[in-house]
Amino acid sequence: MTSLLVIIVVVLLAVALWQLTKIFDLTQVGSSSDDSQVASDNDNNVQGYIMFGFLAFIYIFTIYGLLKWGNLALHTPASEHGLLVDNLMNITWVLIFTVQVITQGLLYWFSFKNRGHKDRKALFFADSNKLEAIWSIIPSVVLACLILYGLYAWNNIMFVDKDEDVVEIELYAQQFKWTARYAGQDNVLGKANVRLIEGINTLGVDMSDPNAQDDIVVTELHIPKGKKVHFKMRSQDVLHSAYMPHFRAQMNCVPGMVTEFAFVPTYTTAEYRELDFMKEKVANINKLRAEKSVELVAKGGTALDPYTFDYLLLCNKICGASHYNMQMKVVVDTPEDYKKWLSEKTTLAQDIKAAAEAEKAKAAEATAPTTDTTAKVIDTVKAVIDTVKATVAKVAIK
Amino acid sequence: MSAEAHGHDHGHDHEHEHHHKDTFITKYIFSIDHKMIAKQYLITGIIMGIIGIVMSLLFRMQLAWPEESFKIFNVLLGDKFAPDGVMANDIYLALVTIHGTIMVFFVLTAGLSGTFSNLLIPLQIGARDMASGFMNMISYWLFFLSAVVMLCSLFVEAGPASAGWTIYPPLSALPQAIPGSGTGMTLWLVSMAIFIASSLMGSLNYIVTVINLRTKGMSMTRLPLTIWTFFVTAIIGVISFPVLLSAALLLIFDRSFGTSFFLSDIYIAGEVLHYQGGSPVLFEHLFWFLGHPEVYIVILPAMGLVSEIMATNSRKPIFGYRAMIMSVLAIAFLSTIVWGHHMFISGMNPFLGSVFTFTTLLIAIPSAVKAFNWITTLWKGNLQFNPAMLFSIGMVSTFITGGLTGIILGDSTLDINVHDTYFVIAHFHLVMGISALYGMFAGIYHWFPKMYGRMLNKNLGYIHFWVTAVCAYGVFFPMHFIGLAGLPRRYYTNTNFPLFDDLQNVNVLITTFALVGGAFQLVFLYNFFSSIFYGKKAVQNPWRSTTLEWTTPVEHIHGNWPGEIPHVYRWPYDYSNPNHDVDFVPQNVPMKEGEEVLHH
Repeated sequence: MTSLLVIIVVVLLAVALWQLTKIFDLTQVGSSSDDSQVASDNDNNVQGYIMFGFLAFIYIFTIYGLLKWGNLALHTPASEHGLLVDNLMNITWVLIFTVQVITQGLLYWFSFKNRGHKDRKALFFADSNKLEAIWSIIPSVVLACLILYGLYAWNNIMFVDKDEDVVEIELYAQQFKWTARYAGQDNVLGKANVRLIEGINTLGVDMSDPNAQDDIVVTELHIPKGKKVHFKMRSQDVLHSAYMPHFRAQMNCVPGMVTEFAFVPTYTTAEYRELDFMKEKVANINKLRAEKSVELVAKGGTALDPYTFDYLLLCNKICGASHYNMQMKVVVDTPEDYKKWLSEKTTLAQDIKAAAEAEKAKAAEATAPTTDTTAKVIDTVKAVIDTVKATVAKVAIK
Repeated sequence: MSAEAHGHDHGHDHEHEHHHKDTFITKYIFSIDHKMIAKQYLITGIIMGIIGIVMSLLFRMQLAWPEESFKIFNVLLGDKFAPDGVMANDIYLALVTIHGTIMVFFVLTAGLSGTFSNLLIPLQIGARDMASGFMNMISYWLFFLSAVVMLCSLFVEAGPASAGWTIYPPLSALPQAIPGSGTGMTLWLVSMAIFIASSLMGSLNYIVTVINLRTKGMSMTRLPLTIWTFFVTAIIGVISFPVLLSAALLLIFDRSFGTSFFLSDIYIAGEVLHYQGGSPVLFEHLFWFLGHPEVYIVILPAMGLVSEIMATNSRKPIFGYRAMIMSVLAIAFLSTIVWGHHMFISGMNPFLGSVFTFTTLLIAIPSAVKAFNWITTLWKGNLQFNPAMLFSIGMVSTFITGGLTGIILGDSTLDINVHDTYFVIAHFHLVMGISALYGMFAGIYHWFPKMYGRMLNKNLGYIHFWVTAVCAYGVFFPMHFIGLAGLPRRYYTNTNFPLFDDLQNVNVLITTFALVGGAFQLVFLYNFFSSIFYGKKAVQNPWRSTTLEWTTPVEHIHGNWPGEIPHVYRWPYDYSNPNHDVDFVPQNVPMKEGEEVLHH
């Protein structure tokens, strides 16, 4: 309905403008016989003033945008290197705004100032090596500084010191969910390959690898504040990208490859929720949700839950139809809470054993255990298909 | 035999042919006349542009009002993809993918470069036609065929390609991963392979023509900047398009013949696939080796057109003619060694990221030179605000706005957090989408009299420009903010993330601007198609321009000039030359006795 209205308004607007041009054309018939469709002095004058108006529009729109939407942008980084990134970002923004204001100003001001007139003669000014040198050298110097700072930051962020004391975590991507694997006591992740995927070992961990015995698989990511977390990313099907905007962290997950990214979280989830900007943001979001809830309830739907902030891991590389809903909650704990949380988790080895036992018990329960291997295979295939279906359905419901 | 004499003979041959057998088919369909081929490119480009823009409006509506249903979705997408007017999530991705493909390749590469290279190269260098008219015709018809195949792919059972216009495998290789990667993707690849063949033939023709068929006196440093940019664009195309072709072929091998160039260790839909040892990152390298030069293939011709139009309408020489040429060459060179900035977080060695940051930010230097030269061209000019001039100024404006954010995206450190967010969309739409589109519009308004012998209505042109200008900023400026908020691109809806609830109002605003801006393109379409038949008849040189195309008669003739091809005696920017009373001196006017060259 809204769209129809919009379209009608647009069409009417177009008709109105069309009529205006007609009138504009007619007014010119008397004054001069010029219908050459080449800009006249009158056109130059009018368009010159509109140029000036457009400059004002750009400036006002920019200021309006900064005031109205400036606080939408990600605020305080929640990681150590994030400060470095944001610092460089701020420097770059100052530079960009300065250049933008000056160059757009000159462009439209010159357009307005030099609007054509039949008595005017343009200045023949073909070149100046001095000017060319100025505007080659100044950008070069400025960019050299930016490049140096950028490379310094990049090297700090991307190269993980092998000897450092880090928490090793694997992020595992598949259509359309994330799983995490913790390295356990030995802090070494066991080997893995998608060819080893079987039953509840959905990450294809090589259970014959001694390092894999204490690995822990979870679907909610907890990380400790103040410790360097070293993520190793894998994907089982297509490209995904692990994007954690609040930590200024992102890395693609590539099938057949292990990629990595490391950072030190600096605020626990609880602390980050208490930051002023975040309280304001959440309050604003909840206000919007409350308004929408009223609308929904009026239509006979259910109200939206109020929102509390949580760090998120999003998929940021197109990965299929439900790409828009591939996310995982990230929790930053104090080191104590983190330890406690992790100690309550069972290892993958234990899970597999438990599952096998459950399976055995179930088999024993069955009155007539089948010995037909083909039937067994069919059953397994069916089971797999069912799980896939269930997952898809779950995703769809979400 | 000199190039000029050669061109001369060539022309006469054709004239003879013409008097005898100029049928409807040879004149309008299988024409080998570069002017007709240019018009064919333009019309095809406009039709593809309409399709591409309508697609973008559809997915913008989905983003602004994800919970509403729209009858128009059902009408345009059918019961399968939009039952009850609610867009399905996989067709959303298909729309995004095909919008990108159509706009980048079919509109801004073929529609822009194909139109104006064909129209202007022979006319501005003083040649009877392209070096090979026949190959030129084949080039157009291959382009047409590829467009037809691409449009056919919209109607296949499982939907068109939907892995994004960058078609990264494995998503694009496995129909299990997304339905569009079945027949839809096959047709996409076939269409692109044909397109590349067309583009290569066109480019080779442009290069050969510029090198061999320049009229007497037309040295390389007397070429209009349009020709320089078309020439350099063609060279970049010849260097980089074959790499995309090879990537497409290898992908076809992976898809259909079981090879593992780009695929490895994949478990999908409950089974392990046999692929082993390939790498999707390899595909990204091959793709962006074309993909990045491609944005310059799109923008350089627009820059050339704008330079030419600005000089003419400022009644001033373009400032820094040689610096402009040097910067085009520098951009072209650098464009081939920066592709990795699309891949900072692809998993490639971070050291490579450092190298690509360095080369990428270097491009800002020649780009800045160009922007400052354009601004200086306006200084103390006598600006004639024809619609083409408005679009040219608009192009410089959006090129600066969009280009500046490139400093953020080109810097690997900053790219980490804005990569693949709406910030990227805002950046590239302004710097190469809108800018190139403005360049194309400027070219159409300026050379319409040359193409159709009639004038476009200027008042409609003014309305078209100003509404488009406001809407373009209205769409893409707010988009920077939602990108900085961390909103990923290619999300069908953001309703699953309460975190992004506060961005929804901005999305509605963006879509409103997009709908209004899109609707006002109808003004242009009306102006364009009605003026072809009913426009005011054009005079020979309506903009009082110096270049050779305006010395040809208004009525098109095969061979361009009725008599001898004019000789060239001066550079193309003798506007307001103090040695002359008139404010423009065409290139074919001999130097006065004792006249000195006033530029370097």
